[in-house]
Amino acid sequence: MAVLKMQRITVCALKKNRKAILERLQALGTVEIDISLPKEEGLMQMDTAGSRFTFLKYAQMADRSLEILENCCPKKQSLFSGLEGKPLVEKEEYESVVQSRDALSGKVRKIIALDKEIAENQGKIQKLEVQAEGLAPWMSLSVPMNYEGTMQTAMMIGTVPGQRSSEDLYQLFAQNAPEVEAVDMEIISTDKDYTYLAVLCMKSDKVRVEGALRGIGFAVPSQLPNRRPQDVYQTLKKEQEQLEKTNENLKRQIMEFQEVQKQIRMLADYFRIRADKYEVLGNLPQTEHVFFVSGYIPEKYGAAVEKELTGRYEAVVERTQIDEGEEAPVLLQNNSFASSVEGVISAFGLPGKGDIDPSMITAVCYVFLFGLMLSDAAYGVLVSAACAAALIRFPRMGAEMKKSLQLFFWCGLSTLFWGIMFGGYFGDVINVVSRTFFGHEVGIPAAWFVPLNDPMKMLVFSMLFGTIHLFLGLAVKGYMCLRDRQYMDFVCDVVLWFCLLVGLILILLPTELFASISQMTFVFPGWVGQLAKVLAVAGAVGILLMSGRSSKNPGVRIALGAYDLYNITGWVSDVLSYSRLLALGLATGVIASVVNQMGSMLGGGIPGAILFIVVFFIGHTFNIGINLLGAYVHTCRLQYVEFFGKFYEGGGRAFHPFKENTKYVDIKEENIV
Amino acid sequence: MSGIVWALLGAAVAVIFAGMGSAYGVGIAGQAASGVVTEDPSKFAKVLVIQLLPGTQGIYGLLVAFLTLSKIGVLGGQIADISLVTGLLIFTACLPVGLVGLVSARHQGTTAAAAIGIVAKKPDQFGKAMLFPAMVETYAILSLLVSILAVTGIPL
Repeated sequence: MAVLKMQRITVCALKKNRKAILERLQALGTVEIDISLPKEEGLMQMDTAGSRFTFLKYAQMADRSLEILENCCPKKQSLFSGLEGKPLVEKEEYESVVQSRDALSGKVRKIIALDKEIAENQGKIQKLEVQAEGLAPWMSLSVPMNYEGTMQTAMMIGTVPGQRSSEDLYQLFAQNAPEVEAVDMEIISTDKDYTYLAVLCMKSDKVRVEGALRGIGFAVPSQLPNRRPQDVYQTLKKEQEQLEKTNENLKRQIMEFQEVQKQIRMLADYFRIRADKYEVLGNLPQTEHVFFVSGYIPEKYGAAVEKELTGRYEAVVERTQIDEGEEAPVLLQNNSFASSVEGVISAFGLPGKGDIDPSMITAVCYVFLFGLMLSDAAYGVLVSAACAAALIRFPRMGAEMKKSLQLFFWCGLSTLFWGIMFGGYFGDVINVVSRTFFGHEVGIPAAWFVPLNDPMKMLVFSMLFGTIHLFLGLAVKGYMCLRDRQYMDFVCDVVLWFCLLVGLILILLPTELFASISQMTFVFPGWVGQLAKVLAVAGAVGILLMSGRSSKNPGVRIALGAYDLYNITGWVSDVLSYSRLLALGLATGVIASVVNQMGSMLGGGIPGAILFIVVFFIGHTFNIGINLLGAYVHTCRLQYVEFFGKFYEGGGRAFHPFKENTKYVDIKEENIV
Repeated sequence: MSGIVWALLGAAVAVIFAGMGSAYGVGIAGQAASGVVTEDPSKFAKVLVIQLLPGTQGIYGLLVAFLTLSKIGVLGGQIADISLVTGLLIFTACLPVGLVGLVSARHQGTTAAAAIGIVAKKPDQFGKAMLFPAMVETYAILSLLVSILAVTGIPL
C-alpha cells in the first residue's frame, strides 16, 4: 500500500561477464538503469550505436515480414482480440529460436523479397491494364495500327476532339480542303472527349488531307503497334494473366512460411531485446578490465539481486540510500483492490516527492462515487459480469487493461448496491413491463428512496457525501503533516480549517434556511450552538493570523491570512460540485425510463413485445454507454480536482526498469523475486 | 389553457437549445478526432471518449424535457389543466438547462477539440486531457440541477 522504497544499486564486474550480467538484469526487469557516475579519467564508453541500429533494422524487417504474412492469409480476429495480451513462451522454445536466428532471418528476407516481387508484378499488371484501356477505342479497326495504305492510297488513324458525326466531319473537311475529292473517313468509335478516326485518301492528296485534318485538331496516337488492335489487346491480356498466375504462386510460397510465424515473432522480440541491451551497453563506463552499472532498484528486490550478481558473476555490488535531493522513480505496490485505481492515479500523476500513495483511499471513494452516479442495479450487474468474464477469459491481458477492468468490476458492484438503494433496475422496466403486458403494475421498491421523487433529499445527501470526501482529503493532508513531523503545519493548515468548517456547518444546520432547502430540521442543545460559534471564530481567527506565518512582515502576514480565509468560497464551490452526483444519477434513471416508455408505445400483444425488445436493447445499450462515460469522467474529476486538490500534488516519474520490452511474446524467466 | 403552451414551449426550449449546443460541440470535437484517427487509428477509443463529452448537454436537455412532459401529462395522454402563470413558471424553469446547455456545449466542444490535440501528441496524458472539457461541463450540470429542482418543485 505504498510507494516502493528505491535504492541506488551500483555494480562493478569483470568485462568478461558484461553481457551475461546485462542479460540477467534485463530478464529480471527490476533495475532502472541510470548512469550518473562521476566523470573520471580512464573511464571509456563503447560505441554501440551501429550494432544497435542493425538489430533495430532486423526487428523491423521481422515485423514487416509478419505484416506480409498477416495480409496474405488474414486470420479471423475476434472482437476482443485486443484483450488477449501476449502469450507466454517457455525459455527453451525461445532459446531454440535464438539458436536458429540466421536461418530464420533468411526466411524473413525471403518473405520480404517475395512480397517485393509481388508488388513489382502488380505494377506491371497495372501498366498493362492502362495500355489495354488505351487500345479499347480502336478495337474495331481491322488493320494494324501503323498501316500506311496501299500502293495508291494512304491511310491515317488518329483522334479529333469532341463527339463528331461523319456528316459533320465531311462538311468540315469540305470547307478546309475543297480541292480534295476522294477521301473516306470511318469513325472507329467515339467517347465523351474524342472521336476515333481512320482516314483513307489518295497518296497524292496525303499532304493536303493531313493539313485539313490538323485544322480540326486531328492527332495521331503516340504508339502505333504493327498489329491489329485486337491482337495486341489479346497479347496484353495474356501477359496480365501470366503475371497474375505468378503472383498467386508467390503468394502460395509466402503462405508456406506461415508455420514459422510464431518463431518470427520471437525473432523480432529477440532483436528488440538485443537492441535495448546494446543501448545500455553503450552508456556503461568501463576500464580495460571492468565495467560499472548503476541504477535504481526497489529495496525489496535489492538483496536478492545483489546475492545473485555476487554469487554467479563475481560482481561487486553496492546498495545505497537515495540522496535527499534526488528524485527517485515511482513504483506503486498495492493489494488487488487498491491497485485497480492506479491507472486513474497515474493519469493524474504518480506520487511526487513527499506525496503518499493515495491508491487505497482513492479506490474506495472512486468506487463509491461511481456507483452513485450510475446507480442502476441491472447496469451494475452487466458491467461487473462483463468485466469478470473478460478477466477470466483473457488471463494474459496487459497489466493496464487488467487494472481498468478490475476497477470497473468493483464499480459495477457499487452500482448494483446503489441501484438497489434507489430502486433502479433498467430504470423502471419492471413496472413498465408488468403494466403493459400483464395488466397490473408491480415493481421493486427502493431500499432507501427514489431520487426522482425527492430530488432535494438526494441533493442534500450528495453534498453530505461530498463534504465527507473533502474532509477525508483534508485528513490525509493532516496525516502527511504528522508523518513529516510538521506539527505547526498540521495545526494551522488542517486543524484550524476543520474547526472553521465544522463550526460553520453546525451553525448552518439548525437555521431555517437549511430547513427550507432540505426539509430536515435539526434541533441542537444550546451548548452545541455555542460550541459551533466558538469553533468557527477560533478557526477563522487562527487562519487569519497563522496562514501567512512564512512572512515576517505582520501586515503581509494578515493579508495572506485574509486571502487564505477567502478559500472558504473554494470549499463552498467544491461541495456544490458534488451536486453532479444527483444530476448524473437522475440522468441514468430518466433516460432509462424514456427508453422503456418508448418501447411500450405499441401496448401489449406480440407486435408490442417485439418493439419493446428492440427498443430495450438499443436504448439501454446506448444509455449504459453514455452514462458509463459520464460516470467515469465525472468521478475522475471529483477525485482529481476536489479530492486531490486537498492533499495530493503528483508529478512523480514512473519506474521504467531495464527489461525485455517485447512486442509479441512474454518469455518465461527463472525468477529470484 | 394557454399555460400548457408555455409549458410545452419550455420542454422544447430545453431540448432544442441544449441539443443544438451538443450537436455543435460534438461536431467540432469530431472533426479534430477524425484528424487524429487518420494519422493514428489506434487512438480511436481515446479520442472517441473525448469527442462524446460535449454530448451530455443534449441529454440533460432531454432529461428536463422529459420531466416536464411527464409533469404536464403530455406523455401519459391526460393533459393537465395548467394556468398561464404555472405554464410560464415551467417555461422559465426550463430556460437554464437550455441556454447554459447551448453555450457550455459549444465551449466544451472547442475545449474537447484542443484536448484531442493533447491525446494526439501525448497519449499518456489522456487523464488530464479529459479533465479540461469536464471542467466546462460543471456549469451545464449546475443549470441542469436548477432546472430539475424548479420543474419538480412547481406545484400544478
